[in-house]
Amino acid sequence: MDTFLQNCLTGISIGSIYALIAIGYTMVYGILRLINFAHGDIFMMAGYFMIICMTDLLIPWYYSVIIVIVATIILGVVIERVAYKPLRDAPRMSIMISAIGVSYLLENLATYIFSAQPKSYPYDKMGFLSQRVTLGNISTTLVTFITPVLTIVLVLALVVLVRKTKIGMAMRAVSRDFETSQLMGVRINAVISFTFVIGSGLAALGSILYFIPRSSVYPLAGSLPGLKCFVAAVFGGIGSIPGALVGGFLIGLSETFVKGSATLSQYSDVITFILLIIVLLVKPTGLFGEKIKEKV
Amino acid sequence: MTKKAKKMSSVAALFVLAAIIICVGELTPQSSSQWSNLRTVLQLGTIYALLAVSMNLCNGFTGLFSLGQAGFMTLGAYTYAILTIPVASRAGVYYLYGVAGWLSNVVLPIPVALLVAGLMAALLAALIGAPVLKLKSDYLAIATLGFAEVVRIVIASSPLNRVTNGSLGLTKIPGFGSYYGIFIVSIVCIAIIVLLINSSYGRAFKAIRDDEIAAEAMGINLARHKQMSFVISSFFAGIGGALMAMYMGAVSSTTFTIAVTYFILLIVVIGGMGSVTGSIISSLLVIAAREWWLRPLDQTQYIGTFRVPLLKAGFRMVVFSVILMIVVLFFRRGIMGDKEFNWDSIAKLFKKRGKKPKTPTVGGDAQ
Repeated sequence: MDTFLQNCLTGISIGSIYALIAIGYTMVYGILRLINFAHGDIFMMAGYFMIICMTDLLIPWYYSVIIVIVATIILGVVIERVAYKPLRDAPRMSIMISAIGVSYLLENLATYIFSAQPKSYPYDKMGFLSQRVTLGNISTTLVTFITPVLTIVLVLALVVLVRKTKIGMAMRAVSRDFETSQLMGVRINAVISFTFVIGSGLAALGSILYFIPRSSVYPLAGSLPGLKCFVAAVFGGIGSIPGALVGGFLIGLSETFVKGSATLSQYSDVITFILLIIVLLVKPTGLFGEKIKEKV
Repeated sequence: MTKKAKKMSSVAALFVLAAIIICVGELTPQSSSQWSNLRTVLQLGTIYALLAVSMNLCNGFTGLFSLGQAGFMTLGAYTYAILTIPVASRAGVYYLYGVAGWLSNVVLPIPVALLVAGLMAALLAALIGAPVLKLKSDYLAIATLGFAEVVRIVIASSPLNRVTNGSLGLTKIPGFGSYYGIFIVSIVCIAIIVLLINSSYGRAFKAIRDDEIAAEAMGINLARHKQMSFVISSFFAGIGGALMAMYMGAVSSTTFTIAVTYFILLIVVIGGMGSVTGSIISSLLVIAAREWWLRPLDQTQYIGTFRVPLLKAGFRMVVFSVILMIVVLFFRRGIMGDKEFNWDSIAKLFKKRGKKPKTPTVGGDAQ
């Protein structure tokens, strides 16, 4: 029973981090029809930013969190401006290749600057976040409890933003029809940049929550979580923010339970991709996705 | 240009390449470090050329954006290694887990093992092809990328310890023992792919790439042709992986990661999606840049007593990926676009520009 509860808790916690990152994928995909392969690496870079801030510059953690989020947002927006904007009229494959190129560049850059060895994350200096909590027989860090709550609040806020505000309306318009919304006077570039601001900001937050319990960062730390989060986004239906949340929870929970079982534990990463294939075969648009008709 | 002239030009190009390979093989001293770079570039470049051409068959000619290359390479490399490691050295290789009983005396000749490596990769491709190829472009990319990861995880998992040696990987993988072996296998494989592309199947692949719906309306069986392209591409990726294992002498589950797939994809893009000669030229250039020309960037250098900033281990790969990004962003068609190499366009270039082109990049973009 205790292991079950522990697994539930871990699963929900990791699932909500996946959800935060998946939102970045789902929003960018909704607007640009692009799998932002660099998103996982942006997430990894955010981890390194935190190490620079706290270990090298000795900035207190509450300022560091803000600095990391701002720096990651800048990184995300710069990537969009430099690598994706020039290819706006190019075929979709080119922009996807550009995203792969950025991912390759970021991984090599991180290896160059920080070396391929894992660097230890300042997980024990994060104030109340790294406090240990004991409930009955379950012992965990406080961040495990905070993560899902924070995620749900942020997702609700984001849903309100997309449904009720002017910029949200612009985003919905752009994702529905890129060219028409441009003709209607929507400032496409501003909307796209704003999408990247939200996506990268959430990735930075996700990175902080993800690395505190894991305690080390290495240059390829973002690639597998990145893939899983994209799977979560596809699972929930790409373009749908609540879908990303549900997808993240499902992936996180199934992964944790597989990891918990004795015989299957080494296949925990396999389960994610098997889920992906099943979903794509049964309901290609995901749980909450809209159906897109293909025109000749 | 007539068909005959075209054939002559490609035969001539092949002869030039063969001449370079033989010159380097016969005339350069084995021990000299300067020349060993050139040998490395030619050998590794040819293996990557095979991998790039096989990826181009699927991605460039059929328009299936598959990123499963690394998975098929892993499978091919492991199959080859398991079937060829000499019986005498097996005890040493499998020192921790021991080798599975049925496997302990199985040793195949190298060419047969290569073929089996390719077939294993093709078999996996055939199995996953049916569900995966129904997906549209970017979903296909993610699904194949996922499968490649699954292959890596399964190969390193403990139930297979006595076959794949788990996470320790396999060593003492034999090679041809001759400098020419890798070239012969790669060139034969590339030639087979070229023949396929020029056949009626190849034309069907291109039709599918250009417009799926129109191709279907013309009576091309989409599912069958996509499956065929995917399986054949994976077959050669498997052989390429086996050649890599042969070249390195060792393989583990972390040898062919997603980064390797990305690397091959970028080679294909630089060469031009849909150009076989482009892929070959670009893999030789890219490998030369990565393994040779950019090497000095990785070492700390001094001008007098001044320490040149930025130079340290890893800088080479950063410069390299920046160059790749520049190509991706500004020379989107790559070196050859979707054209093939021929002597006429080089001759034209001489006439038009009146100067020697350093790389064929100029020619590809001018059209």
